[in-house]
Amino acid sequence: MPTSFEKPFLIAGLIFLIAFPYIAEAAGNAYFTSTVARILIFAIAAISLDLILGYGGMVSFGHAAYLGIGAYVVAILSFHGYDGSALFGLPGTEYAPIVWPLGVALSAVVALGLGALCLRTSGVYFIMITLAFAQMLFFFFVSLQRYGGDDGLFMFAGRSTMPFIDLDNDTTFYYVCLAFLAGFFILCRAIVASRFGRVLRGIKQNERRMVMLGYPVYRYKLAAFVIAGAGAGLAGVLLANHTKFVSPDILHWTKSGDILIMVILGGIGTLTGPILGSAAFLLLEDYLPVIFGALSMDLLKDHWRIVFGPMLILIVLFARRGLYGMLFRRETDDG
Amino acid sequence: MAEPLLSIDGLAKSFGALRATDDLSLEVETGEIHALIGPNGAGKTTLVSQLSGELTPDAGRILFDGRDITAMPAHERPHIGLVRSFQITSIFPEFSTLENVALAAQSRTGHSFHFFAPVARDRTLNDIARKALADVGLGDQVDRPAHALSHGQQRRLELAMALVLEPRLLLLDEPMAGMGPDESAFVVDVLSKLRGSVTMLLIEHDMDAVFALADRITVLVYGRPIATGTPADIRENPAVREAYLGDEEVA
Repeated sequence: MPTSFEKPFLIAGLIFLIAFPYIAEAAGNAYFTSTVARILIFAIAAISLDLILGYGGMVSFGHAAYLGIGAYVVAILSFHGYDGSALFGLPGTEYAPIVWPLGVALSAVVALGLGALCLRTSGVYFIMITLAFAQMLFFFFVSLQRYGGDDGLFMFAGRSTMPFIDLDNDTTFYYVCLAFLAGFFILCRAIVASRFGRVLRGIKQNERRMVMLGYPVYRYKLAAFVIAGAGAGLAGVLLANHTKFVSPDILHWTKSGDILIMVILGGIGTLTGPILGSAAFLLLEDYLPVIFGALSMDLLKDHWRIVFGPMLILIVLFARRGLYGMLFRRETDDG
Repeated sequence: MAEPLLSIDGLAKSFGALRATDDLSLEVETGEIHALIGPNGAGKTTLVSQLSGELTPDAGRILFDGRDITAMPAHERPHIGLVRSFQITSIFPEFSTLENVALAAQSRTGHSFHFFAPVARDRTLNDIARKALADVGLGDQVDRPAHALSHGQQRRLELAMALVLEPRLLLLDEPMAGMGPDESAFVVDVLSKLRGSVTMLLIEHDMDAVFALADRITVLVYGRPIATGTPADIRENPAVREAYLGDEEVA
């Protein structure tokens, strides 16, 4: 349940994020805007995972698959648009109002297919089978030589085009990412507080009882899985546009692990937490080596993960509900 | 007599060499409270789990209101009025007492693919839940998290969740298990008030409760019924005395 501090924090955070490009520019570090845009994008992916993990109890270890599908839809259509070749008899395009919904929709369709299979299992089997399917997709994209295979695919045509909005402007693109994050966050908050959300949380707590109350739990879990897949697909669409480059690395199992860590680090089942987790994870990943470099600790600079790993473990061990718990939970609050 | 609400015909279920349900036939008449008693391991809970659809019988048929439901998926059965409660309390520990019952109420008030309107402010669900909680004496506990309730309160919460599903046949698996005498008497009272409107198949070890509530009693031993009759018949039945009531002092 949201605590009393959470709402003011979210509003202050939003104001800060809206002002951020100006702050970065005033500080003379305009590229920070791009760093934060990446955080916003991964926050969308982490929130989508939190929806099924934190509220539905489904530990998906293949969430990067949907990130990859969203990203590859953008890049492949851009590739065909750029060189004028056809894909399944249709021309490619960079037009966002077509490409973006397509990327999200295809992620949702794949989530529907894989979810229909994976959700017949549970527990450790579910973790392993989601991982296995994601790795299958990883190798599928590795095998697509035409789209760069292992090496990935550059989007020579640049970012998607949109009427009235110039996405090639980094600041504009940042605001687009922020708008999608805000929209998706609000959507997920509404979902978890709805009838559907209560069913989902009920399934997490006591699935057997839900069946005996007359709920076809499989259908509800699958619906949540598809929503989460679509959310990750949206993040993938934005991610491809952010870097103007995609490679199979986006859907490698370690990327699924990264997203999982963002959720756990930020606080499972909180929706706000995954945003914090995404920020903390990506900032540490970017700046731990820099910090050690500045301190002339060369060994740690090269092997910054030696510090990063234990930090994550300590936070997970000692802070219930991760960063969210540290910020918003009082001692007496045991929900 | 009218057609029975529940009719079990030749039901069988084995776990390896153990015949938990052995060619069991039983009828529950509309409106009656039918108690099912028998020593531990007689297969009472196994029977309830087959009726609720959690276990699939190896053989036999289950007819509910004249309809063959032997193969009906478990989650569909509450919607035709076949509702069970659990011997080991089965609730949603993180939800408040009110939310537990509202979630049960939500199941019978249409589908739950509503993604936007906040359910916590759903007047209909909350009203149903409040009334049901008041009926089982938990009216002053609505906002407490379910995990913080006492054992007896959780048992009553479990009962309230079953009742808001508006069962036609209620399968009660030891509703008084672990309750003190006062609480037990309270639940007997709650169930008596439902006599006539809700048909019940009651499993219970508390003989005071069984003899206070039951219209008919079936005694189950090794997965098959050895006697069915009124409480008076059962008390007099020598086979039952031998098999089950043997050393117990019957009130």
